[in-house]
Amino acid sequence: MTQLITLTINDRTYDLAVPANRTLADLLRYDLGLTGTKKGCEVGDCGSCTVLLDGRPVNSCLVLAVQASGKTVTTIEGLETDEGLHPLQQAFVDHGAIQCGFCTSGMILSGKHLLDGNPSPDEAETRIAISGNLCRCTGYQKIVEAIRAAGKSTQE
Amino acid sequence: MASYDVINRRSPRLDAPDKATGRAKYIDDLSLPGMLYGALLQSPIAHGKILNIDTSKARALTGVKSLVTAEDAGLVKYGVSPARYDEQVFCSDRVRYVGDEVAAVAAVDLETAMEAVSLIQVDYEELPAVFTVEEALAEGAPQLHEKYPGNLCGEVHQEFGDVEAAFKECDLIRTDTFLNKRQDAAFLEPNGVIADYNLDGFLTLHTSTQVPHYVQRVLAMVLGIPVGKVRVVKPYVGGGFGPKAGTNPMELAACLLSMKTHKPVKMNYSRDQVFLFSRARHQFRHTLTTGVKKDGTLMALVNECTLEGGAYASFGIATVYYAGSLLGAPYRLPSMKYDGWRVYTNRPACGAQRGHGGVAARAAFEQQIDIIAHELGMDPVDFRLKNAMGAGDITCNDLNVSSFGMRECIEAVAEGSGWKEKKGKMPKGRGMGVACGFFVSGAGYPIYRSDTAHSTVVIKLSEDGGTAHLLTGSAEIGQGSDTAIAMIAAEALGVSLDCIRVSSGDTEYGVDLGAYSSRQTLMTGHAAKQAAEHAKRQVLDVLADSLKVPAEDLDVKNNRIVFRGPTPDFSALRTRYIKEHRGFNDNPDEEDALTFKEAARMAFLERGSIVGTGKYRPGELGGKFKGAAVGTSPAYGPSAQVVEVSVDMDTGKVFVEKMTDAHDCGFAINVTSVEGQMQGSLSMGLGEALFEEVKYDEKGRILNANLAEYKIPTALDMPNVDTIIVESNEPNGPFGAKEVGEGAIMPTIPAILNAVSDALGVRIQELPLTPERVFTAIKEAREKEGSD
Repeated sequence: MTQLITLTINDRTYDLAVPANRTLADLLRYDLGLTGTKKGCEVGDCGSCTVLLDGRPVNSCLVLAVQASGKTVTTIEGLETDEGLHPLQQAFVDHGAIQCGFCTSGMILSGKHLLDGNPSPDEAETRIAISGNLCRCTGYQKIVEAIRAAGKSTQE
Repeated sequence: MASYDVINRRSPRLDAPDKATGRAKYIDDLSLPGMLYGALLQSPIAHGKILNIDTSKARALTGVKSLVTAEDAGLVKYGVSPARYDEQVFCSDRVRYVGDEVAAVAAVDLETAMEAVSLIQVDYEELPAVFTVEEALAEGAPQLHEKYPGNLCGEVHQEFGDVEAAFKECDLIRTDTFLNKRQDAAFLEPNGVIADYNLDGFLTLHTSTQVPHYVQRVLAMVLGIPVGKVRVVKPYVGGGFGPKAGTNPMELAACLLSMKTHKPVKMNYSRDQVFLFSRARHQFRHTLTTGVKKDGTLMALVNECTLEGGAYASFGIATVYYAGSLLGAPYRLPSMKYDGWRVYTNRPACGAQRGHGGVAARAAFEQQIDIIAHELGMDPVDFRLKNAMGAGDITCNDLNVSSFGMRECIEAVAEGSGWKEKKGKMPKGRGMGVACGFFVSGAGYPIYRSDTAHSTVVIKLSEDGGTAHLLTGSAEIGQGSDTAIAMIAAEALGVSLDCIRVSSGDTEYGVDLGAYSSRQTLMTGHAAKQAAEHAKRQVLDVLADSLKVPAEDLDVKNNRIVFRGPTPDFSALRTRYIKEHRGFNDNPDEEDALTFKEAARMAFLERGSIVGTGKYRPGELGGKFKGAAVGTSPAYGPSAQVVEVSVDMDTGKVFVEKMTDAHDCGFAINVTSVEGQMQGSLSMGLGEALFEEVKYDEKGRILNANLAEYKIPTALDMPNVDTIIVESNEPNGPFGAKEVGEGAIMPTIPAILNAVSDALGVRIQELPLTPERVFTAIKEAREKEGSD
């Protein structure tokens, strides 16, 4: 059954006709070409598909597109500006926090949510914020460093 | 002491900005016009005869464009090692595990393809199945492969030195048996493909792979297309770790469907299909008998190992050799006997996973020598230092460790962890453990017998502008090889890193055996260095001629030409260059040093496009005995680790509090990447030690085929790692570099085991260290204490 929805993604409003069972992840990736959001498991275990829904991190593979109607979505593509990379993105690059990159979008968005509410998180708070994002490459250390450094840099 | 301008420092990665912004394309991010979607039919039973396949209903479904079975794919056998080609694309007479592929469908969308798969009617005659080594080896057990009676995929029997004689000289001999569990690599990005067979008979496969070259050859062989008409392209890959280092049935099926439909065909593994495919870590049971003198000198090792291998060989014939050969170092061991058996079972096939056959063997051995050291009243650090090999030593199984910072690694972690101050003085429930590791820096021989170069690299200089384009078949799978290769090329050419552009992972660019056995920094690095030097020489030859200076007196450094003697007058050259670039804003000034940009331009004007080529092939390596090839390498990397744990005595839960790791990578090309590989390796080792186990039911079905129940470490489980890079300057490595990608995992499991033992006073010889297992060990120790 197809439904009409309206949602705002990265400051742009979309009017779309979607099947009721379309997930937000699939909508973003296949219908809108926003492939920065990744699918690692499709059942909400890995966090690769993390996006911000009305500012809160969600597994977009577990959100139906119709559930996002009337809401605001931020994906990884929405972070950079005309001036360049978002401080979080730059910090991930500078600190070697990216290896295969598949968890990166989700990690950065979970990090953004943390820093939006707590600009100077400690080690434990940072690890809790990304505890729902699995990474098999980095061991998390440089990701934690990058998120905390990005918080510091925006304070300066 | 050479001073370098690009390598041996921290560098941001070339691919990081694209990955940080969502621009980087992985296989499922790609699509081609007219693309169809494929789905697989896989066996629901562990062992059975295929009596009949009825595809009529599936073919009749609207939207189905092609359906293929063994009838279409043929019966050409393939696998990883030509010595053990035991797989077919689709099962023809029998299925051998839950997940074995029987058919594939291509349709206009994925839902239709999956519905069609569900309409394929297969009549099976279920056969009795074997799931363990014991069941598979038992008298009268059902046989999986006619060609391999007794369900023995491979067996190895080797003896070096004379263990019986050596044991006679020992003061202490002990035997232990160790068991790990099947693992999954759990890379975040599931395998996926787009196969594209076009109208002129040229096949392109886009695939998430570690080894474009090997996949290209298997596609050609199985599908009957000349290798020169097959191209394999790797997009960004979200992790590999071993299971993506072979050709998978989905790759072949998608190509076949594309050949039938002349349309691109996309297929992906779901996460549970990734588990079903496996090709991940075997289960090993090692029985080790080690003999030492009372002063701690290691004398002899007898190693018996059975590998539970699953339904097909995959990398297994190499695995069963590595499970023995990699214990030949890092300690001086004059005598070693190894008997190994890899056994077929009706489960998903196991293959190579980070550290390959060395990980379980290393865990078993490092715990055992820890026990031995304690029995002798020796500090385990001192025991290891006493027996450590050094550069130039040769193992009893003919492995030549040309550079070897083993001693430096042990000393570094002992100091960095505060070993002397803390060990033996920790409260009950807290402990410290040490272990060492050893791995190859690239397999000495290709998987198929050949004199081929292991790596070729082409560097084409831009005709103008002083930049270079590096073409390589090597596979960037997240480890940072593109950046490391670019840094090596930049250093060798004499230019800054931003002048190098890398295109990689495409068989069009040359031969590269790919990302496995931790080979690319050394092997692709060598080829890149050679290609850069070749390009540089051509430029300097033209310059030498033009300026009437001997070519040997010229070099390039920091994008500038340097002259050994006095700087000649190059004003004519500069004038010519500026005349060609009227209106440009970045022309050199009169007083500027001569730039590589100008010299490269002159070389183009003189000779046309300047292309440098490089290649690498290891020399003759290893002994002359059967299986000698496996374990050989141009270089070897030792590592050492100290781990501190705390154990909750009431629940058995183990917390890893601190990890200190030292790895000898020869010479760090990109310091940040070396650290990253160390931290990532340790995280995988921690997971294998504490949580990871693929579980099966009595019908051979996986119980935990998802990332919630197959538990890999989260950010809450991994401590920070003190990483210490040791540089022993490997003579066989480019600029002295060798591996870090797999060796670093080796000490992790035993360091944790030894730390847990230090905390509890009990030894656990089975993984993973679940709370239940640890608690049971605590309880048994208490009961034993009570009864003593």
